[in-house]
This record gives sequence, structure tokens and C-alpha cells, in this order.
Amino acid sequence: MPVLSSAVDPEAPSFVDNRTAMLARLAELDEALVAAAAGGGPGYVQRHHARGKLLPRERVELLLDRDAPFLELCPVAGWGTDYPTGAGVVGGIGVVEGVECVIIANDPTVRGGAVNPYSLKKTQRLGQIAAENRLPLINLVESGGADLPSQSEIFIPGGRVFRDLTALSAARVPTIAVVFGNATAGGAYIPGMSDYTIFVEGQAKVFLAGPPLVKMATGEETDDESLGGAAMHATTSGLADFLARDERDALRLARSVVRRLNRRPAAHPVGGPPRFDPEELLGIPSADQRVPYDPREILARVLDGSELDEFKPRYGTALVTGWGELHGYPVGVLANAQGVLYSAEAQKAAQFIQLANASDTPLLFLQNTTGYMVGSAYEQGGIIKHGALMINAVANSTVPHLTVNIGASYGAGNYGMCGRAFDPRFLFAWPNARSAVMGAAQLAGTLEIVARQAAAARGRPFDEDAAAGVRAMVEQQIETESAALFLSGRLYDDGVIDPRDTRTVLGIALSAVHSGQFSGAERFGVFRM
Amino acid sequence: MIRRLLVANRGEIARRVFATCRALGIETVAVYSDADAGAPHVREADRAVRLPGSAPGDTYLRGDLVVAAALRAGADAIHPGYGFLAENADFAHAVTDAGLTWVGPPAEAVAAMGAKVEAKRILAAAGVPMLPSLTEPITRFPVLVKASAGGGGRGMRIVQDAAGLPGALAAARREAAAAFGDGTVFCEPYLERARHIEVQVLADQHGTVLALGERDCSIQRRHQKILEESPSPAVGPALRAELCAAAVAAAKAVGSVGAGTVEFLLSGSGEFFFLEMNTRLQVEHPVTECVLGLDLVRLQLLVAEGHPLPEAPPARGHAIEVRLYAEDPANGWLPSTGTLHRFAVPGVSTAFAPLDRPGIRLDAGVEDGSEIGLHYDPMLAKLIAWAPTREEAARLLAGTLARARIHGVATNRDLLVRVLRDAEFLAGDTDTGYLGRHPALSAPLVSAVDGHALAAALAGAAARAGRFPSGWRNLPVQPQAVSYAGGVDVRYRFDRTGALVEPAGVTLVQAAPDRVSLTVDGVGAQYAVHRVGGMSYVDGPDGSVALAELPRFPLPAAEAPQGSLVAPLPAVVGRVAVSPGAKVRGGDLLLTLEAMKLEYPILAPHSGTVADLPVRAGQQVDVGTVLATISPH
Repeated sequence: MPVLSSAVDPEAPSFVDNRTAMLARLAELDEALVAAAAGGGPGYVQRHHARGKLLPRERVELLLDRDAPFLELCPVAGWGTDYPTGAGVVGGIGVVEGVECVIIANDPTVRGGAVNPYSLKKTQRLGQIAAENRLPLINLVESGGADLPSQSEIFIPGGRVFRDLTALSAARVPTIAVVFGNATAGGAYIPGMSDYTIFVEGQAKVFLAGPPLVKMATGEETDDESLGGAAMHATTSGLADFLARDERDALRLARSVVRRLNRRPAAHPVGGPPRFDPEELLGIPSADQRVPYDPREILARVLDGSELDEFKPRYGTALVTGWGELHGYPVGVLANAQGVLYSAEAQKAAQFIQLANASDTPLLFLQNTTGYMVGSAYEQGGIIKHGALMINAVANSTVPHLTVNIGASYGAGNYGMCGRAFDPRFLFAWPNARSAVMGAAQLAGTLEIVARQAAAARGRPFDEDAAAGVRAMVEQQIETESAALFLSGRLYDDGVIDPRDTRTVLGIALSAVHSGQFSGAERFGVFRM
Repeated sequence: MIRRLLVANRGEIARRVFATCRALGIETVAVYSDADAGAPHVREADRAVRLPGSAPGDTYLRGDLVVAAALRAGADAIHPGYGFLAENADFAHAVTDAGLTWVGPPAEAVAAMGAKVEAKRILAAAGVPMLPSLTEPITRFPVLVKASAGGGGRGMRIVQDAAGLPGALAAARREAAAAFGDGTVFCEPYLERARHIEVQVLADQHGTVLALGERDCSIQRRHQKILEESPSPAVGPALRAELCAAAVAAAKAVGSVGAGTVEFLLSGSGEFFFLEMNTRLQVEHPVTECVLGLDLVRLQLLVAEGHPLPEAPPARGHAIEVRLYAEDPANGWLPSTGTLHRFAVPGVSTAFAPLDRPGIRLDAGVEDGSEIGLHYDPMLAKLIAWAPTREEAARLLAGTLARARIHGVATNRDLLVRVLRDAEFLAGDTDTGYLGRHPALSAPLVSAVDGHALAAALAGAAARAGRFPSGWRNLPVQPQAVSYAGGVDVRYRFDRTGALVEPAGVTLVQAAPDRVSLTVDGVGAQYAVHRVGGMSYVDGPDGSVALAELPRFPLPAAEAPQGSLVAPLPAVVGRVAVSPGAKVRGGDLLLTLEAMKLEYPILAPHSGTVADLPVRAGQQVDVGTVLATISPH
């Protein structure tokens, strides 16, 4: 097998500079992750612990098999918004009794676990991952319900969570709800729609309406325990399948449910590590986005044995395509090499994607593109037509897609390289990654040119000073809104990851992908020739 | 000439005798109880005969069955080993009456030595130094109360003053009667700070009696020897000559034939007094074999065949034996039972035979997987070091013991290592009260188990290692946690490269399911880890630790009913088997319920009294109806 070589020199000034820049970005990521892990802050955490209750990540840790990995998804959802980082939900893929599962845990220390618009998006995304990859879904429930001030953004779309739960069940993807506390009103349908329910004695509170509302509605005087206590549901209503003595016992029961799901873990393939040190991934991506870099240096630190069989290596060289393995799973790789996509690259990609579908091989997209080439020669050469070929192939491909933004994802390049709108099974970004309709400087400059032309057309003088101010402001805004953390905060990816973890993250994702069946597309859209 | 020999014993001594038989070309026959069906001594014998049952009284103590086994298996001789029937004159008679060769002293000599009161009289007459048997009223204390028929320290009691005497005498009589069938007891002055010195003798049928030097067996716990050595650090040439002369006189006085041991107490002032004589091979015979280069079992067989004894060679170097017992010194010496998952002693040069060069000899009755039960003596093995000097022998033996892998049962190993390394012991300054004065020797070698526990946890993690970095998190929050019994909690976390992030200050060099290498403060340490179920046996540089992992998710304790039994389903009461006030035991039938053409027994959940029985036969009951209340005793 052809083995990738490396020209990386860790002593080179550019490497050192790149690494320094990356470490600064990683520090920002760490800060965001720490904020997510802090939940509602020390006060609420202490109060929660004082009640003898576990934090969501403590619950997850106990649920997981010992030493098993856990890939948190969308950990910084809500970052840069009015809502708390993490959105009051912990979620990810972990191994329970040898079975890979999607786990969703409310964080009751964050505003009582109330669901805000980002919590809803995150929950729905996790549900989508469970459905697409056929992973059992375990909900660790303790939520006060909708965040009332933002109910208009939650109530109507939020119903879909319940629809998705029962759709999962109908698709024979098991759903398990472990109720640790409040799950009232709409929240009651999380256990209500789940295949298995486990309620913690003395803690779970599951009813449509609490005592005050019941009093208002019917005049009945009643109490929490009669309306929705765990013991009541386990002995009387039958909503609880299992009554857990305490939180640890509930997690024990959840594990025993998974053990009996009759999902025998498949024998996992084995893949040897890359031949080059993943630590060097920090110094390879250019700190200056205008400087493209060779994605083979990345692949040499991600793929099994650093082995890649390149396809069409001498054609359309701004896009690397080839076959390799990652943790023993075969993958077809598409990686931008020189930023820009030309007609040849688009045609090469369209062919390669069809080949992957012909051999049922998952695809890995490494995005580092400023988009399709512009200019009269390229327009006349059919760049739209060729870009459409590529986008058609990506859009209609049915093998699983994994996307990592390792630098830039601009313009239609984002579409061709399987951006979020093209539903890759998983999409991750490196901390240095940016994504927008175009670069901030280009966008601000474009706006200025348009304004200048408008002024000229109306015969008005162009205010240069004001324009410079506007331009700087716009550039700053776009720069901020293109950043990985900003986009991750808005759920436009499944997480910002440390480049050194890329192989592990993709390995977990590929393993998840293989929990279900997939096959290549029978047909594509009409290819415009 | 002996052609086929049956050993009326088990464990290491049976293997010991078989080893010599093999060396001499003698065929071997084992007997075995049901508990020993898979034991090494049975496998190693050419033939084996089952003694049904497991209790010694049903098996190894049944002389009639043993003789019948010998006849059935075509044996022409019987070796009794030690213990069981070794000093049973009736058995010796039965063996010879059956026309078999008895590898032991004449029945008369056995009988004479078995009754201690009588033996003292005979030997005193022969000039053997003797403590007086005290007659009441006794005025000098302390005294030692002994059973006339006893041996091996059983039934002995030290009495410090007159007030304690009547009780001690009564208890000793009861105990002696129960243990030996003979309640005769006697008193001797108790010598404090005395050493236990014994002389190995060997007599042939032609009047030759050899004295093969002394053994010092002063390290005892509750009169039970646990460490024996030769020569004694307290015996010089002159004293040795006196001891040997007294021993030969004793052996001649009772007409001993074959191997025997004459035991003496050596007082602090250098006087010695006869203690008892055993007319058999002793447990500790290997130390004599090692310093003399002799095979005592071979000589026993030669004597039994009527050959004259050769001359005794001179003693060379120093030999120390320790007895490894399945008992826990740190826990009141309680015997420990269970499966011996691993028994591996490093650097053993030979087994069941004299060493031909300095080194370690191992006489073991057990092997990996042996079941250690309560039926028999809890001695697992004897480990003997032979070296030019006493210091070297002690150091070699301590080092070997410390590195031995003994998993599954608690043993006195750590205590033995501590003794062998103790300054007082190394100075040769010991007596029979030594262990009693040094309770600290019973402490485990490993006082802080953190390193061992971390190694056990990391070995567990290595055993679970998968495709991805162990315990990998993109948002690490808390470490992996493993708890072991005794309040030992381990926390560990790796980074993406497998290096330890927690605990701080420890570098993980390598971890495999059975071996962990850690570095702390620049010093590396290897831990061998053996995991069996929830147990981790960890052997590290400073000793061994057994760790019982606590379940991550303890099962909730079974609902203990508060005495009330309620109907589990709607039913009709069928039979009522008890009435109020009746005493019941857990599991007794109280009543039956009938429903859906099925009968459900309602059983007492625990012992107690039927406090309330509010239902009668034919009565319809609903779910939750109280059927009966049992108040515990």
C-alpha cells in the first residue's frame, strides 16, 4: 500500500507559528468546554449534590462501561448566545454493556434543566444521530420543561422530539428513559414515548399537571406523589417499568436493560496507528488562512498506517481523492489541497463519490476551501455546471458522510464538500476553522464596492471615512460569525475538536455509522453534462 | 526388599516419600479422601486407592482401610509419613500383622513414647536430663500442663499461678480426652525464655543409633513450629555432643528403629531437659537433610529392609525451613480456605530432595488450583534454604518467600519474611516466646496499598483496552473510579496518548492485564497482577496484596419484609399449615393460595413466631391483603 510521506519540520518557524496559533484557539475551546462542564455554576452544583443527586456527566460516567470512550456531541451548543454554553444538555455517543448508544442527559443545575431553543436543537440533533446510525437512545431526564420566556421558539417545534422518539421505536431503535427528577407536562412524554422507563424512587416526578394546575382545572386537592411519584407510576399507573432505589440503582437498571436488548456488538475491525505523530497536527494547519496546506500531511496522521491509495492523483490536483482505512473501516477521502475548486476538481469529485457509492464505502470530507473559482474564464468553462455535478453527487450519495472542517469552508465549496446542509452523518470542525458565504475581507470589500457604485449612480459623493468604518465593522462581524466556536454554538456542527483527537473522533463516528446498514445510491440527480 | 510402597498420608509428605521411591525404583501407592481426589500426591503415585469420605476420621485415620488398600493395591510396605497414623501403635501392629513391611519404629517403641508420663520414667532411668513431673500441691509457678498422649503442642497450657491451676487441669483433661482418647495430664515447671532444640536420630535393626545433629525450632506460634533451622545458633560443639549423647541414650532406651526425634528445652543458662520423643519422620526433617546431604526417607527404607546404617557425614553450612500455612496471622491466625489460584515460588532448585548446592528447596503439597479445605492441616508447603552461612540462608529464604506468588488464600508468608529479616532473629536471639513478644511481626509487609491498588486498577483497564484510547473524553470531567474492599479507592485518568493524568506524580511505563510498571520519584516498580473474578492479586517490590474489587453497581439488598406477608395476587386461601403462636423457621410453609388453578406456597421469610394469622382457609384475598405476620425471635 502506498504510504504517505511527510515534509513536516517541527523546528521550522512556520510550524512553530502555526502551532502557537492553534494552541491559542485550543485555549478558547477549552474555556468553552470548561464553561459547559460547569453547568449552572458552583452554587447550583453544590445544592444539587447536597440533595444527594448526581450531575449529568456523573450520571453518564456511571452509565458507561468502565474505560469506554465517550464522544460528547455539540458540547458548546449555545456558546456566544444569550443561553448558557452547553444549553443545559449533555449528549454524546458512549458504550453501555458493549453497545454503542446515544446518551442525552439534562443538566438540572442549568436553570432547572429548562429547555431553551438551543437545548431543543441539540436534543433533536442527538435524536437524529441515534436514528441515522440506529444507536439505542438513552435519555437521563430531569428537566423543568420549556424555558417559558422562549416558549414561542420551543413549544411548536418541540413536539417533534416526541414524534422522533416514537419513530425511533417504530424503526426498532430502542429508547430508554431514566427519570431522575422532574419530567412534567410535555416532558412527561419523554418517558411516555420511550420503550423502557426507569424512575428513581422519591425523585422522579412525572405528571401532566402539578397540584396548582389540577386545582385550577378540576378543583381537586392533591399532591406531587399521588400525581406523579415514582412509586405511584411503578405500582399503579404502570408508566414506570422499573423502580430504582436511587440514582446509581437507576443506572444499573438502565445498563441491564441495554444488556437485554439483544444487540450483540459486532466484531470491530482493527487498524494500525498512523506512522506519523498526531501531535504534529497542531503545527500543520496554516495560521494564515490565505496559505493553503497539503491535506496529505493531515491524512498521514489520521489514516491507518498513513496509507492512502490516491485516485486520479495527476488530475484536478487541488482536490485529493483516495482510499484508505480509519480504525479498520474503509473510507474514501476528499480533501481540498489548494483552497480553490476548479472544474477538473469538481468532475473528479463527482466521479469519486459515485465510485464510493458503487462500493458502499463511507466518505470523509476534509474541508479547506474558499469555494469554486470565479472569473469569466471559469464561468465560460462551465464552473457552475461542474460544481453542480459535484453537489448533485454529494447530495444524492447514500453512503455515510463524515465531514471535518480543517481550515476553511466558504461559498458553494461548503456545499460541494458536504457542509451541514448536506446532512453528513457527523460534522466536526477544528478550532482554526472558518465558514461563511465568503471571507470577511472579501465580503466587506464587496459591500463597499456595491455602495460606491450606488453612490456613483445617484451622483452622490462617497464618504470614504464612513465607508472605512463600516468596512472594518462588517469585517469584524463576519470574522466573528465565521469562527468555529460561533458556528458550533449555533449547532452548525457536532463539535469543535482538538486536531490531535481527529482519528479517535472519526473512529467513534465510523463505528457508530456501522451500527446500522447502508448501501450506495442507486441513482443520482440528472447530471448536467 | 520393598517393591511397592503405600504412603498412608497426603499432601507434601506423601509426595516427599514418593520422590525417594521413584529415585530408588520403588513403585508407589497413594490413598486419598474424596476431598483429595484431584490432589498432586494422587496423580504422582503409580496407583491410588480411594478412602471414601473427607473427614480424617473417615479416611486417613482409618488404619483398617489403609491396610486393606495396601493389600488390594499389592503394596508390600507402608510408610505413615507424619501425623495421622504415624504414631499409632495399633496401626503399626496391624501393618506387620498383615505381612507388610512397616517403615517406622516397632509398635512397642511407639507405644512407649506415646505415653509421656511413662516415657519420662524410662528415659530418666537412662540418664536423659529431665524436668521433674510436678505433683500437687504445686508451689512453683509458672508450670506447663501437658497431655500424656499429646504431641505437637496440642493440649498444652501454661499456668502462671495456683489460682489458675484447677481450671487449666480440667480443661486440659477434657481436651486431651477428646483429642487423644486419653485424659491423662501432667505438669512440669515452665521454663521461660527457653529454646526448642531437637536431635534427629536414626536407628537400624542392628543396634546402631545415629544422632544427626540438632534442629532449632524455637520460632513457634501457640506451640506450633513455623521455622526450623540447623545448626542452632545457640548450640556449640560441646553442647551438641551432650545433646546427641542424650538423644542416642533416649533412642536406645525405648528401642527406637528408623527415624526419630528427641526434643529438648534449652534454658537460657544452657541447661537442657527432655521434652518428648517422636518416633517418626518430622515435618522439619529437610533442614537436617540439607546440612548433611542425606535422604532420610531413603535411610528409613533401608532400615526397614534390614540394612545397617552407613556413617553420618559431617554437617555443612546452614539450613532454614519455614512452614507456609494457610492462616492469617494478622487476623488471629484464622485458617483460610478457598482455591489456591496460584502457587509459584521463584528460583527453586529442587523439591523433595536434598540440595546438591546452596539454594532453595520446596516441598509443597499444593499447586495452582488446589482447594484448601478445613479437613486437614493448613500447611501448604515448606520452603528450605541452604547456604554457607545462617545470614545468607535467611536472606535467600526471605527474598524467595517475598517474591513467591501465592494467590487465593491468606497465608503466614509476610510474617515469615518479617521474622527472617528481623534483627533479633538474625542475631540468633530467639526462644519459644519470641513471636508472642513481637506482635508487630504479624503485620502485612505492605502497609500502604496505594501502588498495588493503582496497579490492579490499571491492569484492569489494560484488560478492557479497546480500539480507542482508554476512557477517552473530548470533555474530560472526572476520572475512572475503582473501589476495593477496605476503603481503598483508586482514581485514574489517561490522556489521549495513554499517559496518566491522574493520579499526579505517577508515570505509567507500561500496563498489561497481568503486569504494570510504574515510576514514582524516578524509581520504577513492577507489579505482577493476577485477576480472578473480582479479586486482584498484586505482587509488587515490597510485597503482595490481595484486593477485592467492589461492584460498581451493588444490587439493592433483598427487600426485607417487616414481618408481614401480603398476598401477591388475588386468590383464595387454600391450606393453612400453621396457627398463631407457632414457631417457624425460615422457609417453612405457612399457607397456600390458590388462583388460576395454581397453588402458591407462602413461606416464612425468616425464623420466628406466627404473631398474627388473619386469614382462614377458603377466604378470598386481594393483592396486598396481610396473610400472616412473623415476629423474629
